[in-house]
Amino acid sequence: MKYLEEKILKIIMICAAVIILAVLLFIISTVFYRGLPALSLDMVTKLPGGGFYLGKEGGVLNAIVGSIYIIVGSLVISIFISVPLVLYINFYLPAKSVFSSVIRFSLDILFGIPSIVYGAFGFSLMIYLGLRASLLGGILAVGMLIMPIMMRSFDEITRLLSRDLPDALLSLGSTKYEMAKVILRQLMPGLVTAILLAIGRGVGDAATVLFTAGYTDNIPSSLNQPAATLPLSIFFQLGSPVEEVQNRAYASAIILTVIILILSFGARYFSSKFSKNKI
Amino acid sequence: MIITSHRLQENENITFPDTKEISPLKKLINSQSIRIENLDVYIENQHILKDVNLIIPEKKITCIIGPSGCGKSTFLKTLNRMHDETPEVKISGKIFVDDENIYDNRVNIIDTRKKMGLLAQRPCPLPMSIFDNVAYGPRIHGMKKKKTINQTVIQYLQYVGLWDEVRDRVRTSATRLSIGQQQRLCLARGLAIEPEYILGDEATSALDPLSTKKIEELFVKLKEKYTIILVTHTLRQAKRIADYIIFMYLGKIIEAGPTEEFFSNPKKQLTREYLSGSFS
Repeated sequence: MKYLEEKILKIIMICAAVIILAVLLFIISTVFYRGLPALSLDMVTKLPGGGFYLGKEGGVLNAIVGSIYIIVGSLVISIFISVPLVLYINFYLPAKSVFSSVIRFSLDILFGIPSIVYGAFGFSLMIYLGLRASLLGGILAVGMLIMPIMMRSFDEITRLLSRDLPDALLSLGSTKYEMAKVILRQLMPGLVTAILLAIGRGVGDAATVLFTAGYTDNIPSSLNQPAATLPLSIFFQLGSPVEEVQNRAYASAIILTVIILILSFGARYFSSKFSKNKI
Repeated sequence: MIITSHRLQENENITFPDTKEISPLKKLINSQSIRIENLDVYIENQHILKDVNLIIPEKKITCIIGPSGCGKSTFLKTLNRMHDETPEVKISGKIFVDDENIYDNRVNIIDTRKKMGLLAQRPCPLPMSIFDNVAYGPRIHGMKKKKTINQTVIQYLQYVGLWDEVRDRVRTSATRLSIGQQQRLCLARGLAIEPEYILGDEATSALDPLSTKKIEELFVKLKEKYTIILVTHTLRQAKRIADYIIFMYLGKIIEAGPTEEFFSNPKKQLTREYLSGSFS
């Protein structure tokens, strides 16, 4: 009986692993099967020719650059807000503080809000302030979207840190600020993971940038100009009745996937390099 | 012995002698370094330390013994004001260190902690190299010159006998050391801030016998320069290295005295029971 139990459980686990791998493989193969023929050097180096909707010429450089601008900008904003806040609620406030549980609770709610709501909220805020759809609007909206993700995952990792390290630092006579600096170093791999999660969510999201960043065939040269993004470019190209343009959407999807992969490996590489030298 | 809790309840009925009277160390010691007067500590309305009056002799090893939960660690934490980090803890009373009440508002908490080097139960190396671990304290307290920092680090690593073991890899991560080496590193790190007192909170309980022996030998060596207060669970350790013993039970100090006298001729019934292993 025990043996059977063990066997069944093992089969379930193997099935789960196989399903995950199969789904991943299926998605990637579809994207590559349809996108690879349309992928060319022009796709990543040229702006779209003859409009993005019907045009078969040029590339999606506008969307690549726009996506990178937006994700980098929103990461900067959310890192500057979430890191101090996480350090504050974990090391400055007492363990059973009401304030920190209120913060965590509101973050959980923000975490669950669909991205289209962030887009709509950002849009109405922009109307109120008299702004057009722009790079700045996109950065702010995506920043709002990824901040709770980054903060909550960083917070979870920070809470796992044992009290030994802060106590050791304080008993050496560190001030709270000196303590926080060393702790941040210890938490660096956790912060990188949090950033990766945020990038994954932020760079691939179409609904937030739909109203806030707009869409354009050009590369924005200032924060006030609208910016194209890869998810929206995929969305618009897929909507085209022309098959070649639809295939270009898959090619854009390949580019988006590769960008995310490069960012992930890059972040992992830097975090391991950092921990080898300094930690 | 058979039912420990029963024993404990029984002991609670024993009327404790006046604690003022139990500062017997006062008569024995001329030089005094830490003087504790009417210390009471409450954690969330629980009375943890009850009217502690004590004098800790200078440049000696004083061991605090007692069953788990009797307030030993809480007591140790009051000495370097680590309770300030937890608002649930209420402290009343006075602790004079070098004739200055460390709970006075005018006293800088950082200065107090700098005076007290703490060696925790589990070694906790900072996330940096071996060298930087020792250099951390001097650096935050304002040492700037590279040469002086180098000298300080080497000096204290030599002092704890770690220098020869790690001289080729002082720039590598401290977490790769063995746990015994880590504890000696933590001791060196604490000594590098030039404290006057060393507090040890069961500093050897996570270590193997050989590392324990090394740490104990270091304590004996250190008492020439420092006043050492250790919390320990092992009576044998207290017997081996302590000059004075303080026995605590349920937040009160039951008996205190020189090691030999304490073990050979305990005065209180409760002490005798504890030493014979009736409860622990």
